Amino acid sequence: MPPIGVLAQQARRNWRWSPSVWTLGAAGAALIVAIPVVAVVVMALMPGDPTIWPHLAKTVLPTYVINTLFLMTGVGLGTFLIGTGTAWLVTLYRFPGSRLFEWALLVPLSVPAFIIGFTYTELLDYAGPVQGTLRTLFGWSSPQAYWFPEIRSLGGAVAMMTLVLYPYVYLLARSAFLEQSQCTLEVSRTLGCTPWQGFRRVALPLARPSLAVGLALVLMETLNDYGTVKLFGVQTLTNGMYNIWLIMGNRAGGAQVACVLLLFIMGLIILERWARAKKAYQNTGTRMRPVEGKRLTGLRAGFASLACALPVLLGFVVPASVLARNAVLRLSDSWTPAFVGYATNSLGLSLTAALVALSIGLFMAYAVRLGKGETLKWFTRLASLGYAIPGTVLAIGILAPFGAFDNAVDRFMRETFDISTGLLLSGTLFALVFAYVVRFLALSYGTVEAGLGRVRPTVDMAARTLGCGPGKVLLRVHLPIIKGSLLTAILLVFVDCMKELPATLLLRPFNFDTLATHVFQFASSEQIEQAALGALAIVAAGLLPVILLSRSIAQSRDWSRQTGDQSPG
Amino acid sequence: MIFILNNDTVVIKDMGTFRMRTTRTVLVGAVIAAASLGSVASASAEGEVNIYSFRQPFLIQPMLDAFSKETGIKTNVVFTDQGLVERLKAEGLNSPADVVLTVDVARLTELAKADVVQPVSSPVLDENIPKNFHDPDDLWFGLTTRARAIYASKDRVPKGTITSYDDLTDPKWKGKVCSRPGDHSYNIGLLGAMIEHVGVDAARTWLEGVKANLGQKPAGADRNQVKAIMEGICDLALANTYYMGAMLADPEQRAWAESAYMVFPDLDGHGTHINISGMAMTKSAPNKENALKLMEFLSSDEAQALYAEVNHEYPVKPGVPRSDLVASWGEFTADTIPLAKIAAHADEALRLVNETGFNEGP
Repeated sequence: MPPIGVLAQQARRNWRWSPSVWTLGAAGAALIVAIPVVAVVVMALMPGDPTIWPHLAKTVLPTYVINTLFLMTGVGLGTFLIGTGTAWLVTLYRFPGSRLFEWALLVPLSVPAFIIGFTYTELLDYAGPVQGTLRTLFGWSSPQAYWFPEIRSLGGAVAMMTLVLYPYVYLLARSAFLEQSQCTLEVSRTLGCTPWQGFRRVALPLARPSLAVGLALVLMETLNDYGTVKLFGVQTLTNGMYNIWLIMGNRAGGAQVACVLLLFIMGLIILERWARAKKAYQNTGTRMRPVEGKRLTGLRAGFASLACALPVLLGFVVPASVLARNAVLRLSDSWTPAFVGYATNSLGLSLTAALVALSIGLFMAYAVRLGKGETLKWFTRLASLGYAIPGTVLAIGILAPFGAFDNAVDRFMRETFDISTGLLLSGTLFALVFAYVVRFLALSYGTVEAGLGRVRPTVDMAARTLGCGPGKVLLRVHLPIIKGSLLTAILLVFVDCMKELPATLLLRPFNFDTLATHVFQFASSEQIEQAALGALAIVAAGLLPVILLSRSIAQSRDWSRQTGDQSPG
Repeated sequence: MIFILNNDTVVIKDMGTFRMRTTRTVLVGAVIAAASLGSVASASAEGEVNIYSFRQPFLIQPMLDAFSKETGIKTNVVFTDQGLVERLKAEGLNSPADVVLTVDVARLTELAKADVVQPVSSPVLDENIPKNFHDPDDLWFGLTTRARAIYASKDRVPKGTITSYDDLTDPKWKGKVCSRPGDHSYNIGLLGAMIEHVGVDAARTWLEGVKANLGQKPAGADRNQVKAIMEGICDLALANTYYMGAMLADPEQRAWAESAYMVFPDLDGHGTHINISGMAMTKSAPNKENALKLMEFLSSDEAQALYAEVNHEYPVKPGVPRSDLVASWGEFTADTIPLAKIAAHADEALRLVNETGFNEGP
């Protein structure tokens, strides 16, 4: 009897030669999801005004590129430090509040960037309470009398985005740390590593694939942000894209800048994968002892608590308090009978999109695992690029093919049956859910892929030799193991859908508003106070799933501790 | 299944059922989705008019409510701040939209250029809306005007000091001028008018002069610039007229407005630059009659007076009284240049903003 490895290899080879339902299905789904991305690329190839690029290169392009790079570096570094640092602390140590911080560190995720930007502007600008207090304290009387950091700046934008985006890194880092065995770290200690070295040389490299996913998500989100950079007057490539498209009326030029943004992201992803050189890390020990928290005392405990409390305070408590205050002050403006409708719309849409995105993401990630084919991997990567395209551009990438489809069907039906079908997809909720899935598939796919990646291939092999088919392996073996990743995926997509603005604005049906679009109509006329209740509701809606998620992650950890099971999850 | 292989026979079968189940789930989901969408898609039944709006719903709702009350026609609205032209193009002749409402003449001309709107010939519109607020081919119509004003500090700028846009470039205001980013459509419109009247080079010199006088990096919108006057950062700010009314109506922003007074600056002897909000009928317009009724209503005394009252804009219809507040700002000479000419310079204007690095600040 040949060894299992050979059998598995044979089986794998068979799969590759004859495309399975999994491969075909995943490739099909990836292609459909990639339609808008492809549409944007096609738009970029249309003839535009050839003088635009030389003009940009001579004038603002250097500023755009430098600012964009600075923004990405700043947000990347900031989210990495806060995300991994806090994840390491709450996973490895026990200190006052550490249980609370486990989930509280996630909640800034539910604050939309344009809202946190607004709240901090209100707090920190000259007329705001912070500078006001300082002036009273020190007796300053004019803006020229003292220096205060300008919130509406590149640095301010970095700070705002870092505060609401670090949870991506935290979430993925924490689940990676949780799934590492205590033994690995103990071995590193016996080999003479200090705790810091153990973190840097063992835990961090082991968590690298997850961290890479988290950072890629953060950077993509940074690139397609328009609200914050516009509010703060920061000149980025995204900003330049909207100018070319809206003011110069040049669709091709705008799409070309969007493609440059895409290249940025693709470059980063490829760089990371190349640096990792195909290394994958799974726990191969026979006994998995989950990481146990070490109790910290004294000053160290204080520092740990402070380090975890700051991001939560600044990223959630402060903006939520400002919103709550405005909501109370303006309750009569904020509260309308239609408000419940906006909330229902937001919740229903986000939940639907989250479930669909999870199903497709899971299907694709598992098909890639089964197939091991490079082609399919490229398809799925193409499909998850939607996340890096600015929302409005992506929405146009959906409008064009949907409109073409609708009109083609209508023409055919008219000519054949003399029935007009009108618009079947355009301007419907289906288009909206589709947009969300295209935009956030990267979240569900990335999270599930990272989860599956930590399951040893030998687990599949064992299950397969025991007679399970790929479907059954997924249902019976993988799903229970990666439950945490699945929940994470749902949470991420849900919260992001609640916040989504540009695509919702452009694609939605008549008389249809979500909390985000409702808030936006006031925010866009500098009266966001009037919609503070809506903004607060978006933030609050993110809380419940965050709490549920972290509880279930904690439970799965307790479960594996009790059984001493080797399953890394 | 042709690709069943010995080892995997069982495998494939099982996978088949799993796949079937997911397919069914997806199908059921799709049917439910489609059913719930039906109601939305049928928005073009009789007695309705569908509006794509670049203007915030709360700004246009009072007029739409009055329209529904008078005619019994229901209004349906999609509001968004960008991309509606693309949506109209993609939806083509099947688009459910009847009327587009927008600010900024550049947007109106863009609709005409994209060939998504149709000419409207209506004696009512001809009578209510002066000819210089029509598209030459009647593809769009202005509804209200707003001037690009200079707000000056009540405490620090004596009345009468500022009379023209050129005053913003006077070195004595170094570090005292505030403006939103130069690439915003309101500033692009002003620059377009300037290019038309004094030429690209003079417009560039003006922009460089303003840039040299900026008190802070351009950020935020018009109200933020007036707020900066209250804060003492700037003495002069470029902002549209109706913001004065909007700020006065807001408990928090009232103090911003009260720190400044408004000047109607002159542009090279042609008067103050004005822009419009306007409307157009889409090419597809499934409810053409209702669309025409709405457009005519919006140009009527009643709606025009509402615009003036609610939004603090200037009605285009001659003889419609301004609101007391708007009237209190005084009379001014408006630039009478054909608006389409301003829109034609948008591209050049943006290039000027880029070339001077205006948005990088002082």
